[in-house]
Amino acid sequence: MSIWEYANPVKFMKTSSWALPWVSVATVISLAVGLIWGFFFTTEAMNFGSTVKVLFVHVPSAMMAINIWVMMLVTSLIWLIRRHHVSALAAKAAAPIGAVMTIIALVTGAVWGQPMWGTWWEWDPRLTSFLILFLFYLGYMALWGAIENPDTAADLTGVLCLVGSVFALLSRYAVKFWNQGLHQDSTILKVGEKDPLDPSYYIPLVICIVGFVLLFVTLLLLRTRTEIRLRRLKALEQRERMA
Amino acid sequence: MMPELGKYALTVVLSYIGTLGPLAVLTIWTLWRGAKVKAALAAQEERMKKNG
Repeated sequence: MSIWEYANPVKFMKTSSWALPWVSVATVISLAVGLIWGFFFTTEAMNFGSTVKVLFVHVPSAMMAINIWVMMLVTSLIWLIRRHHVSALAAKAAAPIGAVMTIIALVTGAVWGQPMWGTWWEWDPRLTSFLILFLFYLGYMALWGAIENPDTAADLTGVLCLVGSVFALLSRYAVKFWNQGLHQDSTILKVGEKDPLDPSYYIPLVICIVGFVLLFVTLLLLRTRTEIRLRRLKALEQRERMA
Repeated sequence: MMPELGKYALTVVLSYIGTLGPLAVLTIWTLWRGAKVKAALAAQEERMKKNG
C-alpha cells in the first residue's frame, strides 16, 4: 500500500471517517489530562512562581504554529510537484489552525512577558519572527479567498508557503542566531542537558504537546473533509448550471 | 479546588482563557461549517438525482 492512495478523495474520506472518532477521543483525553495536571497539580517554580503553568499552553501552541507551517510546506510541495488535490486542500484546511496556534503563542507569551520581562511586547528576534509568521498565515488565507480558480489558488499559495517557510524556520531558530533577544532558548530540548526542565513539569508538558498535536490532526481531518465536500458541491453546481 | 496562584493568578488564568477560548471557537466553527457544507452537498445531490 502506498501513501499516494490517500491522494484519492474517496479513499481519504473513507479512512478519515474511520480514524476521526479514535483521534477525537485521544485528543480529549490527552488535553484534559495534560492541562488539568499542568494547571492544578504542578508546583511553583523557584524563579517564575506560578507563571510556570503558562508553559503548558505556550510551548505546545508555539511548537504547533511552526510545525503546521512546515506541514503546509510539505503538502504544498506535493501539490506543486505531483498535483494531488487532497494535499492542496489539506494545506488550505491547516492554515486557520496554524493562525490560531500562532496567536495563542503570541498572546500567552505577552501575558507571561508582562510580569517576567516587565513588558507585553519587545521587538525580540523570536517574537518578531512569530508576528511575521502570523501575518504570513493571514496572507495565505486571504490569497486562497481572493482567487476563484482553485488550481491557480493552490499554485500561488504553494509558492507563498515556500517563502513563508523562511520565517517559520527563523521563528524556530531565531534565539540561536541572535543572542540579544529576551526570549530564552528552547525549554523542552534542555532535558538531559546541564539545565534540564524538572520532570514534574516535563511529563505534563509532553502530554499537553501530544494533546495539541492530536487536536491539530482532528481539526485537520474535519476541515479537509469539508474542503473536499465543498469542492464537489461547487463542481455539481457548475454541472447543473451548464445542463 | 483552585490552586494557589499567588500574585501571578491573573497571568496564569488569562493565559488559559487566551488558549482555551480561541481553540473552542475554532473547534465550534470547524464543526458548524462542516455540518453546513455536508447538508448543502446532500441537498444538491438529492436535487440532481430528482432532476435526473
